[in-house]
Amino acid sequence: MHLVNVASRLGAAEGKEFHAPGPGDFEFPPLFGDGTFFTKPMLIIVLGSLAIAALFYLASRRASLVPAKAQFVGESVYGFVRNGIVGDSIGREGRRFVPLLTTMFVFIAVMNLAGIIPVLQLPATSKIAIPLFLAVISWAVFNYVGIQRHGFVGYFKNMMFPPGLPKPIYLLLAPLELFSTVIIRPITLTLRLTLNMFAGHLVLLVCILGGEYLLIEKGGALAAVSAVPFAFSIVLTFFEAFVQVLQAYVFVLLSALYIAGALADEH
Amino acid sequence: MNGEINGSLNMIGYGLAAIGPGVGIGLIFAAYINGVARQPEARGVLQGIAILGFALAEALAIIGIGLAFAL
Repeated sequence: MHLVNVASRLGAAEGKEFHAPGPGDFEFPPLFGDGTFFTKPMLIIVLGSLAIAALFYLASRRASLVPAKAQFVGESVYGFVRNGIVGDSIGREGRRFVPLLTTMFVFIAVMNLAGIIPVLQLPATSKIAIPLFLAVISWAVFNYVGIQRHGFVGYFKNMMFPPGLPKPIYLLLAPLELFSTVIIRPITLTLRLTLNMFAGHLVLLVCILGGEYLLIEKGGALAAVSAVPFAFSIVLTFFEAFVQVLQAYVFVLLSALYIAGALADEH
Repeated sequence: MNGEINGSLNMIGYGLAAIGPGVGIGLIFAAYINGVARQPEARGVLQGIAILGFALAEALAIIGIGLAFAL
């Protein structure tokens, strides 16, 4: 079972050189030996999905007017997305997107938080495939509802030619708007989530592996100094927990704003 | 200890590139704090806008670190 990325750490254990963590620490060999395809990020996705399914099953089973614990948690999350994100951005007609956005929020939050859960300790969203797929879903939804609302031509006309500007400006504005809406939006959604998790995990690795190196490999006076990176790693773990939930919020907030922009009559 | 430094020069470039978004995010939250201090009841509205502005400014830093590793 390769729960820890052994391959990239071998160099650190053999030599006395400090092996700085890098992108190699995100490459995991298959869990059940060579030739199989099931890796640690996949394990996290499966476990996380099961946990989410269990939470919402418990929350919706025997739903009553006076909520029990599980129902309260489920309804708080749903209510947060409905009132805090969709209510402020799309408004009343955004109700039909709440289930999608809630699922997205919980899924991203759980995948991110896997980065600070002991034993797992890898944010599954630091692998670019997962945020990319979520961004493609968000991209497809906001373009679909926009085209559904305004028609194909009307949607692009709304997007590229907002009224009330001097004519020559459109030469510059129309291609920029098209480029930003159709191409840049899904790319930034993907990169923002992936690289936030990537960078956060890397910072934790630097603190913990650096501390471990000072304590075990160097020893002596430097072993005492290792208290500093270890203390930082604890502080940064709490900071990461905050960032991980914040990034899930940002992803869903931006998705909701894109949907709101696609539905709006005039910019 | 022979004073040798190894690593990618990209990271120095990324450090320089992160100044801009850093200043930008600072300005955004400074404006948010100012707004809430002047009008505490507007906190709910301002919070969403501040986080949105933060996310957009942060995207620049994030693209920077992506390119630092990719190029």
